[in-house]
Amino acid sequence: MSVASDLETRGRAVGAEIPPEQPSSPRLTLALFRVEAWLKSPAPYLMVFGYASLLSFWYLSVEVLKLPRFAQMPALTDVVHEWFSRDPIYGVSIFTAVYYQHVLVSLQRIGIAFVLATGLGVPFGLMLGWSKTFRDYVFPLFELLRPIPVLAWVPLAIVMLPGDELPVIYLTFLASFFATGLNTMLGVRSIDPNYILAAECLGASRWRVFRDVVVPGALPFIFTGLQISVGVAWFSLVAAEMISGQFGLGYLIYTSYTTVQYPTLVIAMFTLGIVGYLTSAAVRHIGDWLMTWRTRQFAMGGRQ
Amino acid sequence: MSQGSAVAPLRGALRIDDAVKIYDPDGARLLAVDHCSLEVAPGEICIIVGPSGCGKTSLLNAIAGFHGLDAGSIRLDGELLCGPERNKAPVGPDRIVVFQNGALFPWKTNLDNVAFGPLVQGRLDRSRARDKARRLMAAAGLSGHEDEYPGEISSGLRRRVEIVRALMNDPAVLLLDEPFRALDALTKSVMHEALLETYYYSRTTIFFITHDLEEAIFLGHRVVVMTARPCRPKRIFDIDIPHPRDYGLLTSKRFREIAAEIATEVDEEALKSFKRGEREG
Repeated sequence: MSVASDLETRGRAVGAEIPPEQPSSPRLTLALFRVEAWLKSPAPYLMVFGYASLLSFWYLSVEVLKLPRFAQMPALTDVVHEWFSRDPIYGVSIFTAVYYQHVLVSLQRIGIAFVLATGLGVPFGLMLGWSKTFRDYVFPLFELLRPIPVLAWVPLAIVMLPGDELPVIYLTFLASFFATGLNTMLGVRSIDPNYILAAECLGASRWRVFRDVVVPGALPFIFTGLQISVGVAWFSLVAAEMISGQFGLGYLIYTSYTTVQYPTLVIAMFTLGIVGYLTSAAVRHIGDWLMTWRTRQFAMGGRQ
Repeated sequence: MSQGSAVAPLRGALRIDDAVKIYDPDGARLLAVDHCSLEVAPGEICIIVGPSGCGKTSLLNAIAGFHGLDAGSIRLDGELLCGPERNKAPVGPDRIVVFQNGALFPWKTNLDNVAFGPLVQGRLDRSRARDKARRLMAAAGLSGHEDEYPGEISSGLRRRVEIVRALMNDPAVLLLDEPFRALDALTKSVMHEALLETYYYSRTTIFFITHDLEEAIFLGHRVVVMTARPCRPKRIFDIDIPHPRDYGLLTSKRFREIAAEIATEVDEEALKSFKRGEREG
């Protein structure tokens, strides 16, 4: 048997153990497969049960059993009624423009701070991980500043920066920047050194190693960092908005508290939850899209 | 078989003279390679067998340029890679390592992995590099896996992609550090035949480290049994079974004889290494 034809048979024989070509759109198939698997799993039913338990506890303890410390709590029915009312008692519902203004102002601040923190934090983290000299200079300082809680920065931010807007954005940026920077650095440090050796063996320059190995290799960690970063951004934003600013969900929570408009306070809290979840889901999806190789690997069901 | 009798290549002669490698973590001097001399002919498949932790990998890393030597020299086709005047060989595409656990970039498709070398060296532009990659992958029976990621294919196929990625650069020497260790026995035998097939058309010198004696004899022109640490050739076996070889060989009388002889030598060293409690390398 000639080498060529032997190669061909072998190629076919090995090819046979691989599942056949996937139908037209692998993305769609994957999405459908996921939804189907999700519906078959206990997850969605447990989720509904979880929500139902919390809401019924709230309803029962405030409105039916009237437990001692719950007297001041806004009732579930009041909150829902206020939230979806065309004519809200306290002026904030899904039918009022001011509601969306609060959401938009917060989103805008998060957007600016997050983009800044990512744009500066990722290169900063890459440098920290890649260059030992840079790490030796900067990391000790970074580690000293990182544990300082954002709230401790509030006075200095107000003293340092002019206006209402800049201090809020600065505080939101700060926590995000540290989360992104640190995770990016850990991402670079976690790359299997054999990948770097292999790239060098294949003739890659230092720059190509950086571009083709370090950046994509750190990407999973970078996106973990970005997820944490969005989370802490919301946290810091609300803290900052409570202290300064005219609009925003944090501001809404604080003013609703001081003016005893408790249903509005709870509406603002739930809205924060929803918007926060959506932003973090968006970051996750961008990550999945950029790291197709990972999603496709996981979709194989851990086949090694 | 025409490919089987290709002219011996002029490239890929490896010459190691009196190589010494000492590890010195926290003052505990550990002699890994001790006055090791070895010559590998152009186009030879040279198999290095030795007990765990004996220093074989240190030798391979010195050839690859991952670290230097403390004494001695290594030459490739007469040119000094590392020696007294140059303590570490440059890392480059004339000597490509295929790692034990594989080092295909999981974030690149198989095709882009294979095309990587000529592309980053600036030898081929993107479309030419991909064309060549496609051709070599097809020749190695990897058609249909070009656009998949390494994480989507079996470990045997991954190892083949990695060998094709190395051969894309027309290296003078292929350095294989137990490349099939993690594979199951059946996949391994398929890989052996696949490696030989690629060897028959490339005729690249192969420096191959393994623990597996069957693998060693089946593949090698010569099998070099190394001593327990410090590592140096103990005995070199010429495997007088003509290439091309196929798996029927394993049951032949001559194969069994050679295997028995090598096993005695290896066992002796393995026992020494085991008594010292050497960690698996």
